[in-house]
Amino acid sequence: MAVLTRPPAGSTPHPPPAAQRSGRPPGGLARQGMFWLFLLVLTVIFIGPIVWMFLTSIKTNPEATSVPPTLLPSSPTFEAYEGLLQLEGSYPVLRWFFNSLMAATLHMALVLAVASTAAYALARLHFRGRGVLFVVIVSTLFVPGFVFLIPNYLIIDQLGWLDTVWALAVPGAAGAFGVFFLRQFFAMLPTELEEAALIDGANQWEIFTRIVLPNSKPALATLAVLSFLSNWNDFIWPIYVLFSPERLTLPAGLRLLQGAYTTDYPVIMAGAFVASVPVLILFLFTQRYVIEGVSRSGLKG
Amino acid sequence: MATTTPRIRRHAPWTPYAFMAPFLVIFATFVLAPALLGIWMSLHDWDFMLENRPFVGLDNYLALFDSTSAVFEMFWNGMRATAIFTVASVPFLVAIPLALAVMLNRRFPGRTVFRAIFFMPYVLGVAVVGLLFRFMLDPNIGIVNGLLGTSIPWITAQPWAWISLVAMTVWWTLGFNTIIYLAGLQDIPSELYDAAKVDGASAWQQFRHVTLPGLRTVQLFVVTITILASANMFGQALLVTNGGPGDSTRTALIVMLAEGLESFRMGSAAAMSYLLAVFLGIVSIVQVLAMRERRPRWQS
Repeated sequence: MAVLTRPPAGSTPHPPPAAQRSGRPPGGLARQGMFWLFLLVLTVIFIGPIVWMFLTSIKTNPEATSVPPTLLPSSPTFEAYEGLLQLEGSYPVLRWFFNSLMAATLHMALVLAVASTAAYALARLHFRGRGVLFVVIVSTLFVPGFVFLIPNYLIIDQLGWLDTVWALAVPGAAGAFGVFFLRQFFAMLPTELEEAALIDGANQWEIFTRIVLPNSKPALATLAVLSFLSNWNDFIWPIYVLFSPERLTLPAGLRLLQGAYTTDYPVIMAGAFVASVPVLILFLFTQRYVIEGVSRSGLKG
Repeated sequence: MATTTPRIRRHAPWTPYAFMAPFLVIFATFVLAPALLGIWMSLHDWDFMLENRPFVGLDNYLALFDSTSAVFEMFWNGMRATAIFTVASVPFLVAIPLALAVMLNRRFPGRTVFRAIFFMPYVLGVAVVGLLFRFMLDPNIGIVNGLLGTSIPWITAQPWAWISLVAMTVWWTLGFNTIIYLAGLQDIPSELYDAAKVDGASAWQQFRHVTLPGLRTVQLFVVTITILASANMFGQALLVTNGGPGDSTRTALIVMLAEGLESFRMGSAAAMSYLLAVFLGIVSIVQVLAMRERRPRWQS
């Protein structure tokens, strides 16, 4: 079947569009036009607000709040960004940026470390209670996260972690998703290499670090990006466990900024844009991994 | 699950536990311990500010059902807000992503680019999305009224405030469900569509009798996680409407966190969180039972 329908060499690698394939009557061209127009409208709807955020951030405040709004800035200016940097003191935006970066990076590293080792044990090693442990861990995926907020606040307080980066980086690493995700991946890896390494006298740590991890780069990359994104964007938890202005993350700080600069929209949008750029760039380069990770999360259902 | 490996000694008996230990320590501290601690707190008059935290049995729960108690009004107002948001947003977050996924499942140049574009808002945080929509929906200077030529009070009057919160949430999170549907669509054997075409099924009939039945499991998953996510609604209402107008968009989660982490009545807040979780559990069970009925013929 596949051989019969293979296009001649040198032709486009894409199969012809569905309309052509099913041999629609001449009306097909109009339908194609409608289809692309529809896609264009959707694209504007999805990207438009993000572009609008940036355009506003390079306007002056009178222009940003003018009625009717101007689409493009009449004279682009970076004064909102300069304004952001001058807000040191109560609104140290640069500091927030590095706090977010630090927390998200630490969180990502911790998730990779603890989830990969646990997933390896659950996928490959034999021990009493393995099945029960796996069921207990996975079942917590179905408990809504908000039931942990109040008691975890107390635990963080007892650990003396309130208002520190540890409060941001560590508790989320207890999430079952990473362990579940990597376990499923490790379990699908062929065992031949490991058998050979065992015969050569390798121990489990060597097998884990030299064979399993190097062969799991896509899964590890997916988990790394997803955990970085979720930690960078987290809002509920940081606004309660952080107090000092210089300890805040960007999302928590943006809320302060909104409260203080209610009507200075270029400054607020500049702050929002600064918080968006890292994740948008990260997504641009890793969208395959992100989308792959999200699709997999659906298959467990 | 059962790896068919010969029973040879591959590692010391303690090796697996050493591999498990780092995760288990964190898991026990931040998942198991809080789950138990939360129940214990909810049975005490646990006020962060007080030395004495007497055992009060089920009083914290009973207060939530006692119309004369201090928490009754605000708790059920929050539950109502969360329920309104869930009922209003879930249909859109189930139907629109399905339509987009069917569209993206066709073969056309650039489909992976469009897939990424529709997903893009999802990688932004709620703080960014909240500030952005607060600005765009501003009744006086916002671009939404500017483009529509209207002066709708998007934030300050109902039902506009709900429409705003639902619309921005759909914009923000729809890519996630789309991707999950897309993965589900790709699992439907193409022979089924070929067979349907041979039988002369129209595009709509193919959708109705092949696509929808084939997506039943995925659909169940999508509806469940979307209800869960809607029940978690917090940031949008806090940043865009600030719970208003009045207290109409003050969701259950806002109420619970204000009670526990602003007023520090943590016992009462813990009881609220468990009651909300129980409600969600009931909703999930009802929904699973309602949707499990018919299975596609080729899956049974």
